[in-house]
Amino acid sequence: MKKIFCTLMYILLVAVTAPVHAALEVFACEPEWEALTKELAANKVKIYTATNALQDPHYVEARPSLIARARRAQLVVCTGAELELGWLPTILRESGNPNVTPGKPGYFDASTYVTMRDIPVSIDRSLGDLHALGNPHYHLDARNLLLIAQALSARLVELDPANTAFYASRLEAFKQAWQTAITRWEKLAAPLRGQPYVAQHQAYTYMNAWLGLKQVAVLEPKPGMEPSVSHLAQVLTQLEQTPAKMVVRSAYQNPRPSEWIAGRAKISEVVLPFSVGATKESNDLFGLFDDTIARLLAGI
Amino acid sequence: MTIYKGSLKYAMLGVALTLPLSVYAASDEDLSDIRGQIKELKDSYEQRITQLEQRLKEAESRQAETAIVQAQVPVQQPARSATSSVSAYNPAISLILSGTYQNLEQDPSVPITGFAMTPNDHGYTQGFSLQETEVSIIANIDPRFRGEAKLALSPDDGIGVENAFVQTTTLGNGLNLMFGRFFSSLGYLNEVHAHAWDFVDQPLVYRTFWNNQLAEDGVQLRWLAPTDTFIELGAEVGRGLSFPGTSRQKNGVGSSVLFAHVGSDVGVSNSWLAGISLHQTKQENAQFDAVPDLLGTEGGVSNLFNGNSRTAGVDFVWKYAPNGNMRLTNFKLQGEYFRRRDTGTLTYNLTEPDSYSVTQSGWYLQGIRQFKPRWRVGLRYDQLNSGTAQVGFMNAPNIISNYGYTPKRTTLMLDYSPSEFSRMRMQLAQDKSRQGLADTQFFVQYIMSLGAHGVHKF
Repeated sequence: MKKIFCTLMYILLVAVTAPVHAALEVFACEPEWEALTKELAANKVKIYTATNALQDPHYVEARPSLIARARRAQLVVCTGAELELGWLPTILRESGNPNVTPGKPGYFDASTYVTMRDIPVSIDRSLGDLHALGNPHYHLDARNLLLIAQALSARLVELDPANTAFYASRLEAFKQAWQTAITRWEKLAAPLRGQPYVAQHQAYTYMNAWLGLKQVAVLEPKPGMEPSVSHLAQVLTQLEQTPAKMVVRSAYQNPRPSEWIAGRAKISEVVLPFSVGATKESNDLFGLFDDTIARLLAGI
Repeated sequence: MTIYKGSLKYAMLGVALTLPLSVYAASDEDLSDIRGQIKELKDSYEQRITQLEQRLKEAESRQAETAIVQAQVPVQQPARSATSSVSAYNPAISLILSGTYQNLEQDPSVPITGFAMTPNDHGYTQGFSLQETEVSIIANIDPRFRGEAKLALSPDDGIGVENAFVQTTTLGNGLNLMFGRFFSSLGYLNEVHAHAWDFVDQPLVYRTFWNNQLAEDGVQLRWLAPTDTFIELGAEVGRGLSFPGTSRQKNGVGSSVLFAHVGSDVGVSNSWLAGISLHQTKQENAQFDAVPDLLGTEGGVSNLFNGNSRTAGVDFVWKYAPNGNMRLTNFKLQGEYFRRRDTGTLTYNLTEPDSYSVTQSGWYLQGIRQFKPRWRVGLRYDQLNSGTAQVGFMNAPNIISNYGYTPKRTTLMLDYSPSEFSRMRMQLAQDKSRQGLADTQFFVQYIMSLGAHGVHKF
């Protein structure tokens, strides 16, 4: 009995002390932040990602596994702007880890480093699922990732000063590569400029601003509300007056509304990865934008 | 008269002189005022337009900068403007509105067979009725504490404090301390508030063992292990506020709970949570009326129980959603089992005390399937076992020790949620919880939540 107890205590002790010597433990809310952290920190961090690209990030539950992972996290990297409002506060509270609560260096809210769009003038639930701080899908403008990378790298340095030089060189390399990629993407995406399309969810505001696509309608009657058939019919009549080239949805969304519109309006349906890992091609941040632009070009 | 005439003349003259004069004077002033205002407006608009043009130019050049010369982009500091008004410190407030229509074949006040010494009616109200209106107020208190209050506005009598507790936020090391009035963390469903239930009512085992939900005035400490698998251990001590406690007012501890939860994911599509819990309390002068006896006393008798009440429970939940995307379709399988042993003295008809002990148990199993966005269907099966009581010699001829009946219920549910904040539900139950009184129950329910966004608990 005593032997078993001692063994158990030893295991517990190891479990408690082990993380101290390991790499910086990062809890990424969405896969795009996992990918960005990997670019900036490589093997200096151990990343756990709370959601995958096929999950609607608005509708995630505070699962036991997420609470357990947040318990040991030294850095939480999230979209912010109330995207994770339904689950992240609960996870952080239940985890009993005061190092990653908002306001602490261990809590990185990427939305604070970009200029938010679609900030509602007034909010009311009758207007749908509005985010008071603005549209949270800002990662689809590749230029924003540059700003966030800079800030995230600074945060990594703050939490892990021993590897300052490493993080600095990774940031420099990423910035170079990303800038080259942006130039390439902008050139590639030139034919998309001014192209009219229908979005299923108000998720592409930042992408539109960057690539110049023209969003002429949204399938959701109100942000976050599933489109009804009657509303889809309305969109269809609207499309007769202002025709669109394609209907665009994110991989995690219900395929039905887009398919319905695509079939009836005789336009192509484009499924965007939205985040890293939703498609085979979008296996990292570069792949995410390569694939997004390729799919949009195929749609027009 | 002349004086009058004269004064009238003066007065008229005065009026004649001043009236138009004042009119002219006023309109002149007004005109110049208006002109001035127009000029001001024009000036300010022109100024604003130039400002806007300038800002647009600046923004454009900044955008160009970020796009082209990004290498020099400095790390932006969080630049969100804080709302400066006092109301920025106001807590998050939300309100739950709920009501039902209930169609029952049997009188809802008839108790569940074999559970005369527990809260045993179903708590139903036939016809249209307003359910509890719940006001929830939540905020951080200071950097160390967070407070939460849930007030239940009962449809007919006043306000009840359902929950009012304080939680620590900075203990660290996986520790969370909570004190005040709270729903115990035992089992799985106990903590879940009525508006988040998957059925109109609680399972029979919760109804009879915990009077729907075990609330406590006391302290809870939880510890989360630093492991990849979710392992949580917790303990509660309290007054014994709600059944089976008797809300005793004495120094010391009136009831205590120990619980452990373990949970994890299996692949990306599955996740689970399992738990065990132990509850212990002392019942003091717990009086139960209308208890049937062996003598067949009309309307039953009143009994008193003094003794220990110990309950053990196990619970598990399994959730499945393709790729973990709960939004589209998902499935939840959930079950709990509780077993309670009461040992002590039973005073039959408030006059005849003698020893009494009984072990009772109950369980339920339910499955909820969201078969398309917004639509869910659910099936639940309930069963109770009233056990065989060991009755002291004195009371053996009076007290029913074995009812020889197994209360059961099967429930079917369909609900539709137009948004995260509204839900409409229909429920059909085949209730055989009361011997000889099979009941087909039909419910329609609405649950609406106003205000702050709720949490997506597992």
